[in-house]
Amino acid sequence: MAGAGFALEISGLEKSFDRPAVSGLDLKVKAGEFYALLGPNGAGKTTTLRMVSGLLMPDAGSISVFGIDVKRQPIEAKKITAWVSDEPMIYEKLTPYEYLEFVAGLWEINAQEAERRATELLEWLELAPHAHERCGGFSKGMRQKVALAGALVHDPKLIILDEPLTGLDAGSARLVKDVLLNRVRDGVTVIMTTHILEVAERMAERIGVIAAGRLIAEGTLDELRAQAGQDGSSLEDVFLNLVAEHSEAA
Amino acid sequence: MAHPTSHTWFARHELGLFWRDWLSMMTAGKRGKELLLASVLAAMALGAHWIASAIIGVWAADGVAMTKANLVMLSGGGILFFTLMLSQAMESVTRAYYARSDLDLILSSPASSRRLFAIRTGAIGVSTLMLSGLIAGPFINMLAVREGWHWLAAYGVMACLAAFATALAVLGVITLFRTVGPKRARLISQIIAAVVGAGFIIGIQAVAIIYYGSLSRLDVLQSPELIANAPDVSSWLWLPARAAMGDGAALVGLAIACFGLLGFVISLSSSSFGHHAVSAAGVSETKHLETRRGEGFRSMNPRKALRHKEWVLLKRDPWLISQTLMQILYLLPPAMMLWVYYGENSGFLVIIITVLVMASGQLAGGLAWLAISGEDAHDLVTTAPVSERALVWAKVEAVMSIIAVVVSPFILAMAFVSVRTAVVAAVGVFLSAASATAIQLWFRVQAKRTLFRRRQISSRTATLGEAFASIMWAGTAGLAAGGSWLAVMPAFLALCIMLAMKVVAPKEV
Repeated sequence: MAGAGFALEISGLEKSFDRPAVSGLDLKVKAGEFYALLGPNGAGKTTTLRMVSGLLMPDAGSISVFGIDVKRQPIEAKKITAWVSDEPMIYEKLTPYEYLEFVAGLWEINAQEAERRATELLEWLELAPHAHERCGGFSKGMRQKVALAGALVHDPKLIILDEPLTGLDAGSARLVKDVLLNRVRDGVTVIMTTHILEVAERMAERIGVIAAGRLIAEGTLDELRAQAGQDGSSLEDVFLNLVAEHSEAA
Repeated sequence: MAHPTSHTWFARHELGLFWRDWLSMMTAGKRGKELLLASVLAAMALGAHWIASAIIGVWAADGVAMTKANLVMLSGGGILFFTLMLSQAMESVTRAYYARSDLDLILSSPASSRRLFAIRTGAIGVSTLMLSGLIAGPFINMLAVREGWHWLAAYGVMACLAAFATALAVLGVITLFRTVGPKRARLISQIIAAVVGAGFIIGIQAVAIIYYGSLSRLDVLQSPELIANAPDVSSWLWLPARAAMGDGAALVGLAIACFGLLGFVISLSSSSFGHHAVSAAGVSETKHLETRRGEGFRSMNPRKALRHKEWVLLKRDPWLISQTLMQILYLLPPAMMLWVYYGENSGFLVIIITVLVMASGQLAGGLAWLAISGEDAHDLVTTAPVSERALVWAKVEAVMSIIAVVVSPFILAMAFVSVRTAVVAAVGVFLSAASATAIQLWFRVQAKRTLFRRRQISSRTATLGEAFASIMWAGTAGLAAGGSWLAVMPAFLALCIMLAMKVVAPKEV
């Protein structure tokens, strides 16, 4: 299988709305890696990840998830992928338990196995006491945890998260980070966009910086420091420097 | 310039918001459509005046004198408009209490919330007047042209009735707040608003069916028995009708009573507005526990999971049920007709079929919007390993199964009278519901279920297409049930409408 060592391979990806959002993006993420995708607002991060998840169709280019062509075999790719957006999309009239049962139905997971995983996830995410309450009365943090549980209940090999920590309190953010790191330890690949650079600095093995729809830098934190010529600097300094350099060059 | 936080300042603020909201609703948020909108509105106004002229021509052929028969007719028509006004006012007052858009800002500011609520209540009265004025205006204008300018006093009566409806709505909602609490108050007041809006029309049709065997609501208002038993011309009951006909003293008396009541209600309720709004804001934070089933997760495939989800969401949202199943209320008169004439002959079934087919189309349109466009977890469903086709089919199945449950008792009852007619009705219902569902599918836009009330203005083309297709299929079924070959005409038109909808539907990104 071509590219089996990579969880995600993107080549020459393009997408335009009123103006180009993604312009010839190339990106590779290794299997079992925690990858952070950074970039200023409107850089094309969310558009890219929405195309990977099958929420948008690319204008040009190719995307493959664990060697599966997302355009040609979308169902196969979706079976092993999970998507979590910054705005948790859940049903207000369903309970977390019912929501997870619904997700299990969509991914056709065996009912007993799905219930075991759901119970485990609800415990991990401290949602067990609220498992049978309707989500309508939940806080943003609780909703985000329900959405995350939904993403994990079908045991995906690739988890894509778009700003998952936005609006979460410190406790919930820590919980979500711990769950994600545990998954990476189990061999799952996590790709996450975030504006909280400290999170990317602490959690990600590799970081990609995207601007104007293109990947402008990539590597470990040390490699990025070297690229920016800023040894010993924080990721925030490196990021701002790289983006500023790119803007000037453009 | 108005002093900040004064009544005038708040009124300007409210007017600005109302205007932008209305314009955005009418143009579906698209800029540069104002001229087109004005042209469409002008054309509609012309058409409405033409229809009003035709209707008035029949009634006022020999002039409109202040007779008991005319007062009954005018008062009956006035009650029809008043039920619409009351329904609209209750809906608006409830929204004013529960919409949190700017309440946090205003209640936390040093400005007087009493003033804001006083202005907001007045604005509800104005918007109520405008809505009913759109419908009544052409009739008043044509009466003024034909019978004399004194008929313009009817606009004054409309304003009085709008004030009265607003006062009743505020009193009703506050009473509900105090008796059943903010959580139930919203649901109950919205259901009452919906039932009031439809209730009078349905009630009068039911009476017409029982006594006359026709669905015309005007028949009852013209019945000799009713006119004979009505109070004398000098009775205060005819005050609004006399005022509408240009009686100045009656108009002044009505205005004092209605605006006086509104002023009293505003002064009574505005001080408690903040308290009620804050308690309403806490409604969404209440816990709602579901009883845990003993058997654990059910084994489901994606289609079953989607169907089940749609049914559960609808079942748990009484407000959506009241909104979507309002169509069923309109089935009550034909149901009554079925009951009254059962076994006598099968000719009356033609009328029932047309109502049944039309209502099915409207009901399917609402349900299809909820299932297809009103998908709250759009990203989850789209990223699931399910083909687009399977997703759509599951949602269509959910919609059609609800329609089947609603109309089956009618079809079965018909089958006992005439199997052929029952088959025609079933086919008509299917075509009407399928057409409405298909239109919702072609015009789908991602939206929250809570925006259901606005679904009709997000695409007027889809709404009109849905309505016309339902009407055409109803005509087809009615004519086919009557054994007329002319049924092919509306069927052809319905197919043309569907083709046109498919052509103009937005292309997917």
